[in-house]
Amino acid sequence: MIIHTIFFYFFSVIAIFSSLMVITSRSTINSVFFLILDFISVGCLFIMVGAEFLGMILLIVYVGAVAVLFLFVVMMLNVAEQKQSWFIGKKSTHIPTGLIVSVLILLELLVVVGGWKYKEDLMSSSTLLLSNISNTHQLGLVMYTDYILYFQLAGIVLLLAMIGAILLTFRERIGVKKQSYLKQISRSPSNAVELIEVKSNQGVKIDD
Amino acid sequence: MTEIGLGHYLSLGAIIFFLGVIGIFLNRKNIIVILMSIELILLAVNINLISFSIFSGDILGQIFTMLILTVAAAEAAIGLAIIVVYYRNRGSIRVEDIHGMKG
Repeated sequence: MIIHTIFFYFFSVIAIFSSLMVITSRSTINSVFFLILDFISVGCLFIMVGAEFLGMILLIVYVGAVAVLFLFVVMMLNVAEQKQSWFIGKKSTHIPTGLIVSVLILLELLVVVGGWKYKEDLMSSSTLLLSNISNTHQLGLVMYTDYILYFQLAGIVLLLAMIGAILLTFRERIGVKKQSYLKQISRSPSNAVELIEVKSNQGVKIDD
Repeated sequence: MTEIGLGHYLSLGAIIFFLGVIGIFLNRKNIIVILMSIELILLAVNINLISFSIFSGDILGQIFTMLILTVAAAEAAIGLAIIVVYYRNRGSIRVEDIHGMKG
């Protein structure tokens, strides 16, 4: 149990430190790297607490896809010069209001955590955690039976996001030669090929 | 203190949520960092759901976490596509320069 405590504090200190660095580091690329560190440490926390499948999904999907997508966009957009500096230059009028609202949110959340008691068996549930099968197995047993509709809706959300991203970033380039499939397959031999009988010593005159 | 309970995980989630909100408010330079703050907020929500799921012994929270992961990935893709299009049209993604709606 002492190991659990040590690892919890280790990973949570790293997670909090890296989320602080995400919002304060001076260059955007450093923010993305700290975001990756944050995802990795929270993923380790998930694995440690017993949700192995979601910890692995966090590592694969977030670190492997979402954070790399952020990295690509940061590199493509050439925002390296746009260093973020909060307190240098023109003062923003949003900073005091933002600070007040954020600190209030934190205080409210901590008050809720401090004054909250868990009541045993408050709700009856049919999806209780079982100890004799693995986490992934159990997730599959519930997700593919009772929650199949939500699973498929999540798939539709991903499909729509893909179509939307392609549509948003698609642009017709002018002056680039492209293959036109419709033009190709609608050609017929009657207007493409001409048979000519060649007379001796006269050759063929090719128009155009 | 040495026994890690539900409150520890909820406090971690609350702190990360707070850092995400403060990142949205205070960052006035770069809109990509705002998107990253939104990712932080969603991560804090996931921490809360998973810790409730584990400590109350119900797998349902992990299923909702998975749906939130899906929505977060879709949101990141769409948001970054919008940023790319905006940069292509305007040549800048500084938050100060984005005032087309006079908000």
